[in-house]
Amino acid sequence: MSIIEVKNLHFFYNKDEEILKGIDLIFDEKSTAIIGQNGAGKTTFVKLLKGLLKPTSGDIIIYGKNTKENTVANLARTIGLVFQNPNDQIFKNNVLSEVMFGALNIGMDEKDAKESSLNALRMVGLEGKINDNPYDLTLSERKLISIASIVAMNTKIIILDEPTIAQDYISKEKIKDIIFNLKSQGKLVITITHDMDFVAETFERTLVFCEGKVLLDGKTNEVFMQDEELKKAHLEPPYAAQLCRKMNSDKIYITVEEFVKANKR
Amino acid sequence: MDKIVVENLKYKYPLTDKLVLNDISFKIEKGQFIGIIGQNGAGKSTLCQAITGLVPLFFKGAYGGRVIVDGIEVAKSNISDIALKVGMVFQNPFTQITGSKLTVYEEVAFGLENIGLDREEMKNRIDEALNLLGIYKFKDRNPFDLSGGQMQRLAIAGIIAMRPDVIILDEPTSQLDPQGSEEVFKAVWDLKKCGITIIMVEHKMEKIAEYSDKVLLMHDGKVIDFDTPEKIFSRDDLMKYGVIEPAYTRICKAFDIKDNGLYPVTLDRACEMVVKYNEHNRS
Repeated sequence: MSIIEVKNLHFFYNKDEEILKGIDLIFDEKSTAIIGQNGAGKTTFVKLLKGLLKPTSGDIIIYGKNTKENTVANLARTIGLVFQNPNDQIFKNNVLSEVMFGALNIGMDEKDAKESSLNALRMVGLEGKINDNPYDLTLSERKLISIASIVAMNTKIIILDEPTIAQDYISKEKIKDIIFNLKSQGKLVITITHDMDFVAETFERTLVFCEGKVLLDGKTNEVFMQDEELKKAHLEPPYAAQLCRKMNSDKIYITVEEFVKANKR
Repeated sequence: MDKIVVENLKYKYPLTDKLVLNDISFKIEKGQFIGIIGQNGAGKSTLCQAITGLVPLFFKGAYGGRVIVDGIEVAKSNISDIALKVGMVFQNPFTQITGSKLTVYEEVAFGLENIGLDREEMKNRIDEALNLLGIYKFKDRNPFDLSGGQMQRLAIAGIIAMRPDVIILDEPTSQLDPQGSEEVFKAVWDLKKCGITIIMVEHKMEKIAEYSDKVLLMHDGKVIDFDTPEKIFSRDDLMKYGVIEPAYTRICKAFDIKDNGLYPVTLDRACEMVVKYNEHNRS
């Protein structure tokens, strides 16, 4: 069974301006990046997956459940969404109760919620700060709290909206490890991002959104070879690939590591 | 001539024990593009606020040393006078756009109205700023109908119209898509060509390397190094400061490809050197 099935999805907020113009997709367990210009419909699309918005026409089926026929609360046990700005999400006065909130809310008992939250905090490296006030922590730590809150709910699907914004190198590496870790637990991780090098280093599959449609869909390295199509979506390939192009080399590598490995003999 | 001089600057936020800025000294010449890098918490944003005078004039706390902009010591001046010399662009354009103006044109007029310029002078400056940032064609639009990149350029236009000598940008592209971010870098580059001194905090090292004359590397409230991008990114201890070289430099380091003793930091230079290296190895 596919995890998510999207069938001929259309969506608009107001009639004159259709945001999503017919999307057909199947998601399996592959970690998936969604890239595209601001306004391409990426965030609207993930809000539809989460059930926060309902399709204007077409269907989204999550593990057999149609989002039109299920409440957000009902879907919340299966699919979690980490917002772009952690400040939109965080409201409790200590880290542990913030992270436990979602888990309790979907019906876990106190003991399970606590255990699951502590595991999640360990995964993001904040187990030493469980009693701190989230607003005494840095923005990048708050981002990790917002990720831990969703991880603690133990949903099969986790969506991250722009996890790397304003993150330095070290935090980005940490977020990458978290994604690999979730993937190894058999979860489907879907991530919206503008950071092409992060996509190349982290995700198996990449979707390019452009003006409300899916312009490209495939293995990440194959997607980043479609220079013409990427240009149409106003995107540039990762830096290593740009260097390969500029050198007129026959092979295109999308990460520094691949480039170095292939050229070192 | 030195546009900005920072001498032994030390600063602690109120009710805290830690020096966020710990004995910082450097000088910036007029018209330079300075990139500030370092991991989160290094003190980059606080340093920017010390140059605009917000530290210590608005944010109190313990302050030592001096920041001199154009010969004026900021701690002894006042925020509104410094605002005429130093403009600041925030990370998120939504924070900067007033929200009270219905058109792009009026939004740019906002700061000018506040300093009481006459009508003709205002019009001239608005036209000039909108043209310089490439958004004149949107002058009648509502600011909130712009894309992220356009909105950030509008925020910069509002600053430019005030004709500051120095513009400080604190991660101006982190919220933008690749195209929007490129638009902002190009616009800032045009400002530099007009002789404006630019200070930019940024995590995208490839962009810092491409645009900066000099890079200020900060860690734990201190200046670790202040030099050309080639010298900074050729250091072998960047990891210690939570910073990574541009992708092109990492590739060159892996093959030890140097250009006059330093590793290349830009796409063009790296390409040239890697091609040369391959030819040499083949022959």
